[in-house]
Amino acid sequence: MTTEMTPVRRATRQLIQPDLPEFDSSGLDPALRTAIADLLLTMADDEFVVGFRDSEWTGIAPMLEEDVAFSSLAQDEIGHARLLYELRSALTGEDPDRLAFHRQPSEYRHARLLDQPRQGWAFTIARRWLYDTADSIRLAGLAASSFAPLADVVAKIRREERYHLMHLNAWLERLGTHHGKPRGKVLSALKALNPIASSVFAPIANEEMLVDAGVLSAPMSVLAARWRSEANARLCALNLRPISDAPPAADGRDHAVPDESFVWLWNEFTSVARLEEGVEW
Amino acid sequence: MVAPSMAVIPLESAVWAALHDVHDPEIPTISVVDLGVIRGVSAEQGRIRVELLPTFIGCPAITVMQDAITERLRGFADEVSVDISFAEPWTSERITADGRAALRAAGFAPPSQDVVVECPYCGSRDTRIENVFGPTLCRAIYYCPDCRQPFEQFKEV
Repeated sequence: MTTEMTPVRRATRQLIQPDLPEFDSSGLDPALRTAIADLLLTMADDEFVVGFRDSEWTGIAPMLEEDVAFSSLAQDEIGHARLLYELRSALTGEDPDRLAFHRQPSEYRHARLLDQPRQGWAFTIARRWLYDTADSIRLAGLAASSFAPLADVVAKIRREERYHLMHLNAWLERLGTHHGKPRGKVLSALKALNPIASSVFAPIANEEMLVDAGVLSAPMSVLAARWRSEANARLCALNLRPISDAPPAADGRDHAVPDESFVWLWNEFTSVARLEEGVEW
Repeated sequence: MVAPSMAVIPLESAVWAALHDVHDPEIPTISVVDLGVIRGVSAEQGRIRVELLPTFIGCPAITVMQDAITERLRGFADEVSVDISFAEPWTSERITADGRAALRAAGFAPPSQDVVVECPYCGSRDTRIENVFGPTLCRAIYYCPDCRQPFEQFKEV
């Protein structure tokens, strides 16, 4: 709308366009480079979508503290998404803004677990707890990645996610052990989410190549089993319904026919970007 | 006695000294050096490069700090770049002793691995956490029943 950017506008702009440290990826095998880029897109899309889901609570959470907490969670996750889109862009030459805001709903690669509308507070807590526990196992599987720029970023992300997990664990316990309505709501949320809970670990393209190259410590199915065993120990301790043993569905990140709840969210988060092509805001 | 001119001070030392003038926009009592966000400075042949470690990835103050550092170092070299680095994670141990004192003076409890967080106003150790999330990503909210004062802590990361 204007060619001159004020400092505030530039700062806002750079929220989705940071300066990622430069690195040389020219030595990477092209197939491996594509596999890493695909992995980064799944992670970035997860963080982006969960971040926007979190931001839906700003102003309407059950208590003021949670307005603040969920706004912080959202800011953290969008920050992680931004960095991961940027990392992918450094490999593919894409524009991170375009990745974030200018794809069709069917092109996003987030886990189906995050498609669901936010619904009530107990549902949000249950879904977010499932996502955070899964994400922490995935991040642990990347901590020693042979792709150094990813290992560096993951080290930083894990330090922040520790607080998210602490918060979600506390809420799961608070609601799950409160007999009556809160516990009932958590139980029905876990039941409803069970079939898609493991979608965070849906197989991704060329997983074996990533594992062989030491980018990822183990195949997604192995990480899923690790997650299930840790998450179920916690759920059982709270006498809550464990996650079923079924392996992650192959289509856990497939949005060829996008979920209508995600299309609604997509319309929300792309609304400003779609106002005018190439607009600065 | 003759005051030393810029020419006789090694450029890198002069840059570090100047960086003490740049403050965290969200906690203006602490400099970027004492906050520990400066990973390194290199200065050679008209080019200065500063490496900045973000406290939190999504922190909107990063670009403000980059701009403030560039502005402060204008005149030191023809080219000044302030690059974000994740080569090592920023941790709260990077805050200097002066930085911790500056935080306390501004009413912030410095990061602590201790489960007890001391009230920056009255020194009471009988404080309680109100919210692990505060007004910015790096701050948590506490309450001190002894002096009946809410206060913030710079999070331990």
